[in-house]
Amino acid sequence: MNWFVTVVGLLLIGVIAWYFWGPKKGGSLAETNASGFQEAKILVKNGYNPSRIVVQSGKPVRFEFTRIETGACDGMVIFPGFEKSATLPAGEKVIVDLPPMKTGSYDFTCQMGMFRGKIIVKN
Amino acid sequence: MEAEKIQHMHEHQDHEHGMMTGHIKPEQGQQGESTEELEYRSLMKKWWLAATVSVPVILVSYPNLFPGLRELLPMGSQQLWWARLIMGILALFVVIRSGGQFFVGTWEGLKQRSANMNTLIATGVSAAWLYSLVALFWPQIFPRPEMADVYYDVTTVVTALVVLGSALEVKAKGRSSEAINKLVALQPQTANVVRDGKEVKVPLEEINIGDQIIVRPGEKVAIDGTVVSGSSAIDESMLTGESIPVEKNEGDEVFGGTLNKTGSFTFKVTKEQKDSALANIVEMVKQAQGSRIPVQKVVDQISSIFTPGVIIAAILGYIVWYDFGPQPGWVYALIVAVTTLIIACPCALGMATPMSLTTGIGKGAENGILIRSGEALQIAQKLRTIVMDKTGTITEGKPSLTDIVPLGKFTEEELLLISASVEQGSEHPLASAIVEKAKEKGLTPVKSEGFNAIPGHGVEGTVDGKMIYFGNLKLMKEKGIPLDGFNSYAASMADQGKTPMFLAINGEAGGIVAVADIVKKDSLSVIHELKSMGLEVVMITGDNERTARAIAKQVGIDQVLAEVLPQHKAENVRRLQEEGKKVAMVGDGINDAPALTQADVGIAIGTGTDVAIEASDITLISGSLEGVVRAIRVSRATMKNIYEGLFGAFIYNAIGIPIALGVLYPFTGILLSPLVAAAAMAFSSLTVVLNANRLKQLKLKFN
Repeated sequence: MNWFVTVVGLLLIGVIAWYFWGPKKGGSLAETNASGFQEAKILVKNGYNPSRIVVQSGKPVRFEFTRIETGACDGMVIFPGFEKSATLPAGEKVIVDLPPMKTGSYDFTCQMGMFRGKIIVKN
Repeated sequence: MEAEKIQHMHEHQDHEHGMMTGHIKPEQGQQGESTEELEYRSLMKKWWLAATVSVPVILVSYPNLFPGLRELLPMGSQQLWWARLIMGILALFVVIRSGGQFFVGTWEGLKQRSANMNTLIATGVSAAWLYSLVALFWPQIFPRPEMADVYYDVTTVVTALVVLGSALEVKAKGRSSEAINKLVALQPQTANVVRDGKEVKVPLEEINIGDQIIVRPGEKVAIDGTVVSGSSAIDESMLTGESIPVEKNEGDEVFGGTLNKTGSFTFKVTKEQKDSALANIVEMVKQAQGSRIPVQKVVDQISSIFTPGVIIAAILGYIVWYDFGPQPGWVYALIVAVTTLIIACPCALGMATPMSLTTGIGKGAENGILIRSGEALQIAQKLRTIVMDKTGTITEGKPSLTDIVPLGKFTEEELLLISASVEQGSEHPLASAIVEKAKEKGLTPVKSEGFNAIPGHGVEGTVDGKMIYFGNLKLMKEKGIPLDGFNSYAASMADQGKTPMFLAINGEAGGIVAVADIVKKDSLSVIHELKSMGLEVVMITGDNERTARAIAKQVGIDQVLAEVLPQHKAENVRRLQEEGKKVAMVGDGINDAPALTQADVGIAIGTGTDVAIEASDITLISGSLEGVVRAIRVSRATMKNIYEGLFGAFIYNAIGIPIALGVLYPFTGILLSPLVAAAAMAFSSLTVVLNANRLKQLKLKFN
């Protein structure tokens, strides 16, 4: 039994659990454009950047995805709560419009659910 | 602030491409290659580099296994130390060049506080490399000299195998979305448009609604429109799955992407490209392929905690082996942790459903079956009862002449000519069936005089100076025509679901002409097939019990719901559902919309390529009933495939991770090598993809 290794290992586990599963704050605020859409631009590269989008309830949302890598993993984005999906060809802008939402949070993921993003709807 | 930063990043990323809304365009790279092809080639390059470097690295890692090398690089010698240093540098080079994407992916994920497959590989590979570095430069910190072994082989071989696995995966994935690419490729890029009286070749984007386009044999129809002159047979199999070419004459609709076979014709463009049948189909298939099936929810929950879970398991494994395992603890603990990180495969789990769904829905689309969502597919597999509308679904939906029975001195041909002549002025659908039949036989109806329709009875008129009455029994009775027991013929025809009409010539019974909405030629075999698939088939119709029973008997249906008003069809479907059955409704999508919506799965039989049938979950583009069998077959096969993939991925991880952690060691002494783990991991996700591709071999046709 080596106390040093054990303690360091358990601490590391704690840090990992907190970092990946702990409560997450923040997120980038979508800006409202002239036509009333709350717009958020999302860069797709091994995940979504930003991955937490804060929007207001009751207003339509427009996402603009740009995928800047060729890996096959994130070639499609899915909004499970909205029965909506879009293919993201590398290097092109793709617009996805969502209807106004009630407060709460909604996920969007790649086709396999590995890369994840969240829409946080506030009042 | 954050948003500003993103805005800035985008300015760098803005490309000259336009927005991708509504256009059909294959995914292309710079040189016209698909992005998948580019990705595959780049991964293969990475694989060859890693594989090539792996050979000397393995040799130098275990010199005493190889005669010759044993003497050249003896254990503990200065030469071996230098050789290993060079291997270490080469391994680092491989990790950066071939495995760089794992680290980029890990970093991108960490920034978003998420972990993915990249995190596992990057952590495993770097742990092995760093350990080797310490062993090489500071062997004195290890309690025993044999612990100071290097694991550069782990870094290079794992990188090589994982990269090869992803390359093969990209290739196989490309095949699963082939269906969509095939559909997209149907669209011709130019068309021969008539401009100022001259024929010019015009790119697709410059074609407008109202343009006239000339199509010759062997050419593709560029866009949706209506034939204005000429006629031809067109192969629409790419859209409908129906292999027999369709006759097109003036006024008929033609569809972009279909192939003109025999004649030349000119058509007027009626739709923009983005509203065309082909564009609609492509869009619907894409949406369906991206949809989620309910079973995926569980998988999503697992995969969202999977990766950090595996990292935690690896650390726990390290601690346990270090504290309680055999000596040298450092080494065993490291091997166990690295093996665990590498064997875990979140990809196989995440991929199972989308891969099979994409392939299955694509397979359906190739056969003229549009499955609207993954959910529809999942329910279609559980169906118990198929409710079919009679008119237009089991039958052709329009009457045609079935029998002519001469009762007096007139021949069949004369009776047909006389009845067609007297009916040609009539607008009744039964009349057109008779006129059409006469034309088909090469008879030209003569002019009739004094035509008069007697509502609810029939018609009267004079043909060639003969006084004609043509109608039902009531008409004959009113006009006092003696039928001399011929009535029994008529009754037996009615029993067969036909509508018999009497033809009286100059006050005498001349014959009986029967008209019926005839059964589609494949209805019998389809219903037989459905029953043999263990499904219960019910016919629903607004017609009277007698006609309904007659048709049902012809096609082998035992359960009939007759005299059901259109608005009550949904109610009848609901009653069947209350018996605890999953019910599909098959109908034409227009009158049957409420019933289609009420059913667990609404299957709309399309006319032509009209896919704008919103009420349905599954649309059969061709009018053929065979599509019902195909749709259920593709659903069953796809769901089976999904479960196979999910089961395989679950079992793989559930068995692989504990073995990697060394649970077998206390009993059997078996401890997995990280190299075997890498091969297993690459193989597991590849298996899922290849299994999904098996769906493409599915045979949907029968007979």
